[in-house]
Amino acid sequence: MIKAQVLDEAALERALTRISHEILERNGGAAALVFVGLRTRGVTLAQRLAERIAAIDGTKVPVGTLDITLYRDDLGLKTDQPVVRGTDIPFPIKGKTVILVDDVLFTGRSIRAALDALIDLGRPKMIQLAVLIDRGHRELPIRPDYVGKNLPTSRRESVAVRLKEHDGEDRVVIEAPEEG
Amino acid sequence: MKLLVRNGRVIDPATGTDAVQDVLVQDGTIAVTGARLERGAVEGTEVLDAAGLVVCPGLIDIHVHLREPGYEYKETIRTGTRAAAAGGFTAVCAMANTDPVNDNRAVTDYVLAKARAEASVRVYPIGAVTRGLAGKELAELAELAEAGCVAFSDDGRAVMNAELYRRAMEYTLPFGCPVISHAEDTTLSHGASMNEGTVSTELGLKGAPAAAEDTMVARDILLAELTGAHVHIAHLSTAGAVRLVREAKARGVRVTAEAAPHHLVLTDEAVRGYDPNTKMNPPLRSRRDVEALVEGLADGTVDCVATDHAPHALAEKEGEYDRAANGIVGLETAVSLLLDRLVRPGLLDLPTLVARMSTGPARLLNLPGGTLAPGAPADITLLDPGREVTVDPSRFESRSRNTPFGGWRLRGAPAATIVGGKLVWRAAAEGEASR
Amino acid sequence: MAWKRKDLLTIQELDPAEITLVIDTAASLREIGGREIKKVPTLRGKTIVNLFYEPSTRTRTSFEIAGKWLSADVINFAASTSSIGKGETLLDTARNIEAMSPDVVVVRHSSAGAAEMLARHLRCGVVNAGDGAHEHPTQALLDLLTIRERKGHLDGLQVAIVGDIAHSRVARSNIHGMRKLGMTVTVAGPPTLIPPHVQEFGVKVSHRLEDAIRDVDVIMMLRLQQERMTAGLIPSLREYSRYWGLTLDRLRASARADVLIMHPGPVNRGVELSPEVADGPYSVILEQTGNGVAVRMAVLFLLAGTRVAQEAA
Repeated sequence: MIKAQVLDEAALERALTRISHEILERNGGAAALVFVGLRTRGVTLAQRLAERIAAIDGTKVPVGTLDITLYRDDLGLKTDQPVVRGTDIPFPIKGKTVILVDDVLFTGRSIRAALDALIDLGRPKMIQLAVLIDRGHRELPIRPDYVGKNLPTSRRESVAVRLKEHDGEDRVVIEAPEEG
Repeated sequence: MKLLVRNGRVIDPATGTDAVQDVLVQDGTIAVTGARLERGAVEGTEVLDAAGLVVCPGLIDIHVHLREPGYEYKETIRTGTRAAAAGGFTAVCAMANTDPVNDNRAVTDYVLAKARAEASVRVYPIGAVTRGLAGKELAELAELAEAGCVAFSDDGRAVMNAELYRRAMEYTLPFGCPVISHAEDTTLSHGASMNEGTVSTELGLKGAPAAAEDTMVARDILLAELTGAHVHIAHLSTAGAVRLVREAKARGVRVTAEAAPHHLVLTDEAVRGYDPNTKMNPPLRSRRDVEALVEGLADGTVDCVATDHAPHALAEKEGEYDRAANGIVGLETAVSLLLDRLVRPGLLDLPTLVARMSTGPARLLNLPGGTLAPGAPADITLLDPGREVTVDPSRFESRSRNTPFGGWRLRGAPAATIVGGKLVWRAAAEGEASR
Repeated sequence: MAWKRKDLLTIQELDPAEITLVIDTAASLREIGGREIKKVPTLRGKTIVNLFYEPSTRTRTSFEIAGKWLSADVINFAASTSSIGKGETLLDTARNIEAMSPDVVVVRHSSAGAAEMLARHLRCGVVNAGDGAHEHPTQALLDLLTIRERKGHLDGLQVAIVGDIAHSRVARSNIHGMRKLGMTVTVAGPPTLIPPHVQEFGVKVSHRLEDAIRDVDVIMMLRLQQERMTAGLIPSLREYSRYWGLTLDRLRASARADVLIMHPGPVNRGVELSPEVADGPYSVILEQTGNGVAVRMAVLFLLAGTRVAQEAA
């Protein structure tokens, strides 16, 4: 049940555009940049960022897909079984600046797993983190470099990022917890 | 000493009786049977109330492995006969594949002496056909017969040498006891651990085709025909063998046959799951074979039921299927299985079952018993066709527990076993332990 | 769709969705073998025991690599070493191993039903790596993965399995798996090597190699073992390879141009497969081996990596 809308389509677009400019500004251009999105919506967001950078800067920044299932710290705890969909990063990351992209930053554990996975794949020069929504409640010392929107939430709520490519629309909503 | 068994449904196939009657026993022999004999009772007569029960001649199991001498860790004459009594049997025939093999009088004497001292029921030894069961030389058959063997069998093994078998049949003709044949062509069944069929292909186990049994049954029938001997086919299990025996009997050949309860109740589908307690020789067969066997038992082609009681220690019946020993215990489950799975669904009527388990075996081997006519030994079995039991191997009298029927809920069970006028076993009332 | 079984014992008991789950997971895990550092931490701290009673370098090594790439600790018990040789029963050995708390036991044994028996007695998960002539589930899974990779799909494909079907656990597992996923299977070989009643499993039977391999998408050749001659099942290797060996000429004469040649290995070159076919362009034998590690990683992950299967234990 939707409790509130956080970003509408236009706001989402603007956030992505702003992040793209910030990335270019911080890194002095797009050379030596690569995007790695966390499955599934992180990948889509990374592709949209790459499109914008190509439009602004003319540089084609490669986008890779990261599946963190094998690196999760909660495999032995969850009662549902996560599905392994596979990692596909068909370019070297050694010496590059990797922009990790995810839709929602929450406890930080997914990003921790993503960092371990990336480092197993090679030695990047630097890793930066871009997220569309930061909803707080961190359990690990992880902080994002680029944020679309900061969103204070209660732990029991859930934040859903809906994207045209997956959900038929572009918006971000807060869903109320399921009634018991 | 007098015993009056009162008010039971007396079924005596030998006299054609099937009526509610009393049976009076005196000094170990049947004195008289008839309606309402109380008037004949005197002081000191023990009365056994058989109301609601079936009273029949003591059941006789002509195919039992008592394992003593040599394999006492599996079973002894004492424990095996206690198991027989608890199964309603008043007599068993003990096969010769002990260690040492019963191929000479010393072993026969030993078995009989042990039985006299420790057995709960009558024990009739069966002597080996060949020395050491090796299938090469005849055992001293005349001496074995004199010592008390009631038949000859290499059971456990087949006698592959037809010439030798022919000579054994001829040699034993004057003794009046049959050769009991374990019919198996071991070249066809070599390496097999179950019946050859769809299930064996599914399970990846080597199977023995029905032909391994049928070819030897045919051979044994022809040798019986040639020699005029009485050949009894042990543990018949295939439709083909039933047909062969039926045709041979019609021709006048002196062939008889027995079937074990497990072959009358289970098919090779029971092997799925690889429980080694479904492994025996001959193996569990197909549905078609089971149906033909039951039909054969009903029409008399199969003369009797014999359990082939084959105790094995736990270690021999757990583990890999193809390494497990062959055989299961059967004395304590036979009656319940057959009452519940053959009589109750109407595949066999009760008097016929009684005949196949008492009168039939007695006649086949010329044993005393098999009837409640006056003068017969007072070997009496009481059956309770309505009693519900759950097979509990942990409470078997037998030393071994190797049965696939653990947990089966069956209706019908033995109620009491009387040997020579003495009550040797009685079923517990609900909740008590049996005596 | 989640994996809910404690053990992987047979293909016969799996439903198509479970088979597909394993193959999909294997496809996703395959890239680990392409990394510079071939390791993910998923099974860190888990212990996998390889209990191999039959000599087998390739399958055992495949499981070992799979376990190690997932960061598990892999222990190997081989029949020739250890107490197995001293006459300890399978059950005793397994119980002793269990006392050391492994997470998964992978077992290969010459007795059909051995894996199932262990699974009943052990609390940990059991993977059947081959039990007598019964089943070899991971082989069938890697075969299916290989075919799907090459052909893009499985449904509707036609397969010929050629050789000693009667004694082959690879054939049985593949027959079950292929039928469940909508493939048509023909088994081919001399009658003495075809098991009785095999048609009941929904396969066609052929006694001529040329007929069997015509129009099929995949030809799976099985190893012929020396023992079959001594058992009187075939007169000689020479006669067998003359009528049943797959040579390039036979292949070109009867089979489709896009046919795949598969073999569970090791190949008896010159008997069931000529060297040119075994090492030629139609052969996907090496891909099978690579996929073997991926499939075994998937199986170990599903059995030991998540709580779901552990709860089933």
